[in-house]
Amino acid sequence: MSKVASELKYSAEHEWIAADGAGPSTIGVSAVAADALGDIVYVDLPEAGSTVTAGESCGEIESTKSVSDLYSPVTGEVTEVNAAVVDDPALVNSDPYGAGWLFKVAVDSEGPLLTAPEYAAANGGEL
Amino acid sequence: MTENHTALYGEHQKAGASFTDFGGWQMPLKYSSELAEHHAVRNAAGLFDLSHMGEVWVTGPDAGAFLDYALAGKLSAVAVGKAKYSLICNADGGIIDDLISYRRGDEKYLVVPNAGNAATVAALLAERAAGFDAVVEDASSETSLIAVQGPNAEAILLTLVPQAQHSLVTELKYYAAVEVGFTVNGTVQDLLLARTGYTGEDGFEIYLPNGGAAALWETLLENGQGQGLIPAGLAARDSLRLEAGMPLYGNELSTSGHAYAAGLGPVVSLAKESDFIGKAALAAIKAAGDGIASGRKLVGLKGVGRRAARGHYPVLKDGAVIGEVTSGQPSPTLGYPVAMAYVDVAHAEPGTMLDVDLRGKAEPFEVVALPFYKRQK
Repeated sequence: MSKVASELKYSAEHEWIAADGAGPSTIGVSAVAADALGDIVYVDLPEAGSTVTAGESCGEIESTKSVSDLYSPVTGEVTEVNAAVVDDPALVNSDPYGAGWLFKVAVDSEGPLLTAPEYAAANGGEL
Repeated sequence: MTENHTALYGEHQKAGASFTDFGGWQMPLKYSSELAEHHAVRNAAGLFDLSHMGEVWVTGPDAGAFLDYALAGKLSAVAVGKAKYSLICNADGGIIDDLISYRRGDEKYLVVPNAGNAATVAALLAERAAGFDAVVEDASSETSLIAVQGPNAEAILLTLVPQAQHSLVTELKYYAAVEVGFTVNGTVQDLLLARTGYTGEDGFEIYLPNGGAAALWETLLENGQGQGLIPAGLAARDSLRLEAGMPLYGNELSTSGHAYAAGLGPVVSLAKESDFIGKAALAAIKAAGDGIASGRKLVGLKGVGRRAARGHYPVLKDGAVIGEVTSGQPSPTLGYPVAMAYVDVAHAEPGTMLDVDLRGKAEPFEVVALPFYKRQK
């Protein structure tokens, strides 16, 4: 069963968000989503300096078998994108909650988020 | 739809497979990483469960003449021991299925249709056999099919075959089949071994009764471990066949398409003296030049960028829709997106630059000759 990291919050669209205190929040996709997509070969991320809106598409994730929209779980300005994951999208599969993070946002407001137990229960993940 | 399980379902569960529905069957999509499985087949070997495919035996004095009538190819001309790729068409020339037929004797053929079409094809063959001295027997539900594909496939199979029969395997030609003894758990059993596949690599397919499938699967995995053999799912099978430019029924082939547009003209034997179902329609299509001089034909597309085209995406020339993608994904072996698409014949020449509408954004693709990937022999 796919792992759900207990310290994170999740959107229903399978993005996770880590609130790093006062600084920008880090966003990625859950292991549940990464496992369902298969081997990820391409990520299209929002540009640093652009604004993302909670619940709206801000990029896409492409695996060998399918392509999915990436939805921002929060509204705010993108402060940084993970260049390593653009170069090596397989990081999303191998370390979705770590080296496979996608981008950071200076959060103005959050969309509806789930706690890890709520997300795990709804998606058959393992805490 | 009932959910069918092959005799190897338990093996796949044990191996931690993710499953997908394919033609009414719960089949392994992947075991761990579909990319790793793809590369294993290109570089070492992969083990596939293809037991969802159909097996229909045709026997009797008229077996050859009957198949000449029922299928588009000239099956009566196939030598005993050889196999032939063919099509079963409707009266309009539409493709009901693509299939492989093995001639197992003067009066004996094994016809292998696709999983989702097996029951349809078996029923159609029985219907078309009226008036011929031939018996059609659908053995699909009691027959398993295991494929070993990749450069190490031969060496792996030889570990199960008695020394005295090694030459049967090493000398077996592509698209030929032979009965070979396989040693499983200390017992030798004769099984039908074919040098065929759907991956673009050297490889074999083994037909056997369901009862022995799990033991053979386990023995192959155990013996093949040192040769890099891993189980491979339908995701890898699809990416391998796409790179090899092989059509998939339901994507590139359908009753609304025909052999000429699909690039399968040589499979249709209009020269066959006897009639066959679809012959008149196919002769008219060929004479009119549909899929050759007019209409659309199947081509290969190579992506210039990194984003892949997928099935049903529109193909554009100067903003106008001139075709549709049938299959597409990033090529694991080649490192760029590949796709097959039906496009207007005016834009089908290799080297032509086209666009594919990737969810609202036109991305450039180049028309290229198929296959995308050809193994070094």
